[in-house]
Amino acid sequence: MENPRHWRLKKQRYGLVGEECPHCHEKLFPPRDVCPHCGGEAKEEFTFSGQGEVYSFTTMYSAPAGYEEYAPYTVALVKLEEGPVLTAQLTDLGDDEEVEIGMPVEMVTRRLRSDGDDSGILIYGYKFRPVMK
Amino acid sequence: MREVAVIGIGQTPIREEWEKSLRLLAGEAVLASLADAGMQRADGIFVGNMIGGSANNQQHLGAYIADWVGLRYSEAVHLETACSSGAAAFRAALIAVASGELDSAIAVGVEKMTDSPGSEITTALATAADANWETDQGLSFVVLNALLMKRYMHEHGWTHEDFAPFSINAHANGVHNPNARFRKAITLEAYTKAALIADPINLMDASPMGDGAAAALLVPADSVPHDARYPVIRVAASAAATDALAVHDRKDPLWLTAAEKSAQQAYQQATLTPKDIDLFELHDAFSIMATLSLEATGFAERGQGPRLALDGEIRPSGRIPIATRGGLKARGHPIGATGMYQIVEVIQQLRGDCGQTQVENARVGMAQNIGGSGSNIITHIFKAG
Repeated sequence: MENPRHWRLKKQRYGLVGEECPHCHEKLFPPRDVCPHCGGEAKEEFTFSGQGEVYSFTTMYSAPAGYEEYAPYTVALVKLEEGPVLTAQLTDLGDDEEVEIGMPVEMVTRRLRSDGDDSGILIYGYKFRPVMK
Repeated sequence: MREVAVIGIGQTPIREEWEKSLRLLAGEAVLASLADAGMQRADGIFVGNMIGGSANNQQHLGAYIADWVGLRYSEAVHLETACSSGAAAFRAALIAVASGELDSAIAVGVEKMTDSPGSEITTALATAADANWETDQGLSFVVLNALLMKRYMHEHGWTHEDFAPFSINAHANGVHNPNARFRKAITLEAYTKAALIADPINLMDASPMGDGAAAALLVPADSVPHDARYPVIRVAASAAATDALAVHDRKDPLWLTAAEKSAQQAYQQATLTPKDIDLFELHDAFSIMATLSLEATGFAERGQGPRLALDGEIRPSGRIPIATRGGLKARGHPIGATGMYQIVEVIQQLRGDCGQTQVENARVGMAQNIGGSGSNIITHIFKAG
């Protein structure tokens, strides 16, 4: 488990902190050094609202190593209201909750995985849940 | 740059090779390509492989394979571009010979996947996705493709069953390929009733892994003897392009921009259009990838890939035959070797050596190898005569 790598991502994982390109004003998540839209330097922080909608989704029955205890789980491409798309698990789905493309969702903080034994680190990050009615 | 020809090819059958190591498999393919050309050695060797470091605890495959095949002291390099490592090795060998730096070069792709448990292989393959923003969310490659296929069906209105002809064609062709992982035809019912992996992808949408190696020997075209058994097979084009590593970062997740760019560059180099291509070995790791590849390379309109398949145009007798030796779906997908299998199969077609799945009058063949979920795509075009 690469502890420093996960520690470096804390602002994005817990707060959805990305960037706004000062040149073309596209919103970027995660942050980058070069804006992929205009090629300019991107350095201004922008915090996303955490509101978005499901762009696509699927359910994972056979989980990769380290995620077995969570299977089956639903994974989605979520289009944030500010523009960028990100990959995240959907959570807090009720038993009769039908996921659909276009469904409004919001960001919550949840455990992504634990590092095996008792002394291993717990990794938290963003997941998305259906917007409360 | 000078024109380059492929004068030797070699491949091992794709299967579970419990008694053979990574270097033994690579060696068999390399030595077969040399024997095919009637040569003893080459000036350099370029090795494509993705997961040797984790699956076999072996990196540094350039010198490792060179020494094994009798090329100790030669230049040797290992190339890794995820699932397109095989084509990357071929392109490196091509550039070395075309530039005049080397007078002969071998490209070999190899993957030895059964030395580690399946779950570890899945984790190793997922390193081709973005660790921070895809893999850490608990994703695998099947899931990335399922997300694409679900959205594609939503936008373009196709059902899962509409993708069946891709798998049925691949398996029908694989029956006649002695090197194929699966040599068994499948029915529409077998496709629709296969076990679900990640909705909408089921087992019959997904290509199988396996152990295998494939190789080609490249020399300057003007050095090929006139009395050769086969027409001279020239490399007419080679082009590579990249895209964002993560699916969600692409401008349009349902459009393989890197496939479009590398194909367009290749068509320009060869002064050809899609109409001139007699067969196309594409990267059908999942049926959705076959669809997206056909669209991005200009064989189908956006959203119409399944139509080509449903109309039978992808069969050996159709307008654009694909997976003529089984494709990734039936021949198998030994990751870093796959691109070299595709190239070897195009050359078999241009030599007229494909028996029951031979494309009639095949003169121009294309191979396209896709790395990751579409982030490093390499296209080659070959011409006979």
